[in-house]
Formats: sequence, structure tokens, C-alpha cells
Amino acid sequence: MLAKRIIPCLDVRNGKVVKGVNFEGVRDVGDPVECAEEYNKQGADEIVFYDITASFEGRGVFLDVVRETAKKVFVPLTVGGGIKTVDDIRETLRAGADKVSVNSQAVQNPQLIKDGADIFGSQCICVGIDAKKIADRKWTVYINGGRVDMGIDLIDWVHTIEELGAGEICLNSIDADGTKEGFDIEMLRAVCDNCSIPVIASGGAGKIGDFAEVFEKTGATAALAASLFHFRELTVGQVKDYCRQHGVIMR
Amino acid sequence: MIAIIDYGAGNIFSVKNALDYLGLESALVKDEKSVREADKIILPGVGAFPAAMEMLDKSGLVPVIRQEAKRKPFLGICLGMQVIFEKGYEFGEHEGLGLIPGSVRKMEEPGLVIPHMGWNKLEKLNDCPLLENIGEEEFVYFVHSYKAHTEDRYIAAYSQYGGRVPALVWDGNFVYGAQFHPEKSGNTGLNILKSFGGLIK
Repeated sequence: MLAKRIIPCLDVRNGKVVKGVNFEGVRDVGDPVECAEEYNKQGADEIVFYDITASFEGRGVFLDVVRETAKKVFVPLTVGGGIKTVDDIRETLRAGADKVSVNSQAVQNPQLIKDGADIFGSQCICVGIDAKKIADRKWTVYINGGRVDMGIDLIDWVHTIEELGAGEICLNSIDADGTKEGFDIEMLRAVCDNCSIPVIASGGAGKIGDFAEVFEKTGATAALAASLFHFRELTVGQVKDYCRQHGVIMR
Repeated sequence: MIAIIDYGAGNIFSVKNALDYLGLESALVKDEKSVREADKIILPGVGAFPAAMEMLDKSGLVPVIRQEAKRKPFLGICLGMQVIFEKGYEFGEHEGLGLIPGSVRKMEEPGLVIPHMGWNKLEKLNDCPLLENIGEEEFVYFVHSYKAHTEDRYIAAYSQYGGRVPALVWDGNFVYGAQFHPEKSGNTGLNILKSFGGLIK
């Protein structure tokens, strides 16, 4: 049976992890390569790097981080942020990423999903979606980190990206994000019931039970969290043990 | 030296990184001579069956791969595993390398999330040198939408996903194929690559 995945996400700016972490044995708490190694030791099933660098120079430093991590960590690496063109996808994959995550750019230029999938394969195109509830069982898609409402229906967008060749969806709930009150079960259910590609749950994880809940109540195949793991409130290993005890298949 | 065949498809750097980490000498190669001189061959690959076969044909390496895979350890990974079979049915019918009898077809069980993406348990079916250091509860990382159909005797291990998915195949001689990505499967994958690195001609 396929195991559910637990995915820690690291936000990186100018080659440094943005949120402070304090892992034992990690010398430089801001070094994304060391943080990725630590998550790997904890049993992370995949690691996401999110580049929030604005500058061209920062991009080069960021890709060096990906390159170094790929030499030491042998689980899948997903890289998001700043990917606007097919050349950006190629460069990121060549640096050692297994998948790229595209979000705002895919909404503004859906052809990027199709071109990326046609050239590199669907398996490496993850589409990130930020969505917010507007009415009963109705959500719209936002871009620019949840700041701009595009007025696009979430389920319509899910159908569109699946047809364009997306291999996976990372669904972030703007309503749940930062609340620590659990994943957005209703929205995740709506998306999982309307597509046949894997869905990663993102936004809202605050306690250990939230992970088991999302796997029990929705079709999500993976769950992602950033600050929860950054601030050592929980380790990936603790989350996986708890899920296992609740009958969820884990690696 | 392990020759990693660089024919323009896929995750060659990940494979190289994993072999470097294990201290196994390897090189990315695209010419016939290097394939002949290597001790072992790895054929990686990500993408579609016909595109991969077309690129392999263009590289001119198909005849030498067919010959050398009979003489020294050969490991196909992911799409590189799929093309070792006789035929593939992705975008029509296409000829593969034919190193192991069988074909590759779309996974199409109703309600199944495709691609089969993530970590799945290895269920051993037959003895295989690459599984000597692998326990009973070990998971490996898969990303694929097509699977191999072959006789049980060639299946060293499978995973359950809408039925049996051949995970590791072996012809009983030199030809091995991993549907999963050993280079992305943590310590379990590294152990499998290490065992491959220890095989002798």
C-alpha cells in the first residue's frame, strides 16, 4: 500500500532559511542544507524549498542550495518560488530538484503547466494553489501569496490544470493558513473528489492530530507544514509515529 | 566504473549524486566505447516510453546496450526499467530493448490516483542479489503511470497499488530493473545501489 507523505517546507531567502530553527546538532540554524539533512534524518518523505528571493543574484545562491542538498539528501526535493518559464523549470531540475511547484505564474500563464509537462513529464510539475472560501462549498483562487483574488473558481481551476498535465496539486487554504486549527478538511475533500491526481494538504497544521485527521477524512496523499517543524513544536518522526498508531500507512 | 547512460532523459544527476555519496565510481556516458569499457551500466529515465526509445535510437547505443547487458550488470531505473521490456503501449505500440520478456501498459484501475506517486512497500517475491540487505518493512519512492506486465519469475519484488506493481525485476543473470527511484528512496535505495555496485561481471 502507498504510504501517506509528511513534507516539511523550508522558506529560503538569499540562501538562508527565513524562519529561525533550532535543531540539535545543526551548527548553522539558517543553513537550508543542514536543515534539509535534519528533516531527512527525522524521516521526511520529501522536502520542499520555497525561494522567496527577489533578486537575480539570490536565485543563483538558491540553486546552489538545491545543488548541495541533492548531494546529501536522497529523498525527493520539490522547489517552488520564482519559476516563470520553461527555462526556469529546466534550470531548477538540473540543479537537482525532482519537481517544481508553480503557483501564481501558472494562474497568469497556464501554458507553463502544459509546456512543462510536455517537456519534462507530468511527474515533475506540481501546481500550488492558494484558495479562499467565498460561499458555501465555493472557493476562489488567489495569487501573489494570497493577496490577489483572481475570481477563478477553485474546482474549475483544478479541472483545468489536470487537463494541462499537472502531476500533483499542493492545496493551501488561505482561511486555515496560520490558524493552527487544522487543515481545511472541507476544501480538501472538494478538490480530492474532483481530480484524480495526488493532492498535498497545506495550511493550518497546529497539532499532531491534525495530520491523522486529514488522512482519515480526505483523499489527500500528503501533508505539508513549515513553521510547526521549523520551531520544533513537532518532529516529522513524532507526526509519523502518531499517524501510524492511528492506522495511517507511513514509511 | 559504472556507466550512467546520458541520452537526454531524466534524472542522471540524482543517480550520479547517489553513487558519489556511496563512493562508487561512475561517469555520465553517451558513446559506445564507454559503455563497452564500463564494469556496469545504469540506464536512467523519466518521461514517456516512445520519446525515450527515440532518444536512445538517436544516440546509436541500442545495439551496444543489448549486447553489453548480456555481459555485465545492467540496471534500468524508472522509465529505464520500462524500456528493458519487449513492448510499451504509451502513445501507441513501441518496441523496447527486449532484455526481459513482457510489456508496459497504463495503470487503469478505477478510482486509482495516477501517477502512482510516493513511498510504497517492497514485497519480495523471488530471491535477488539487490535485495540481500533489504528487510521486510522497507519503502521505496515511485513516480509512474505505466507498469510492467511480466511473468512472476522475473519479479524480484512488487508493491501493491491497484493490484501488483512490479517494483524490481531481474532476468536471473545481469539485467535488473527498478520501477522505483533507488536514488530517491533514502537508505533503502542507497542499499540497493550499493548492492548493485558490488555485483561482479
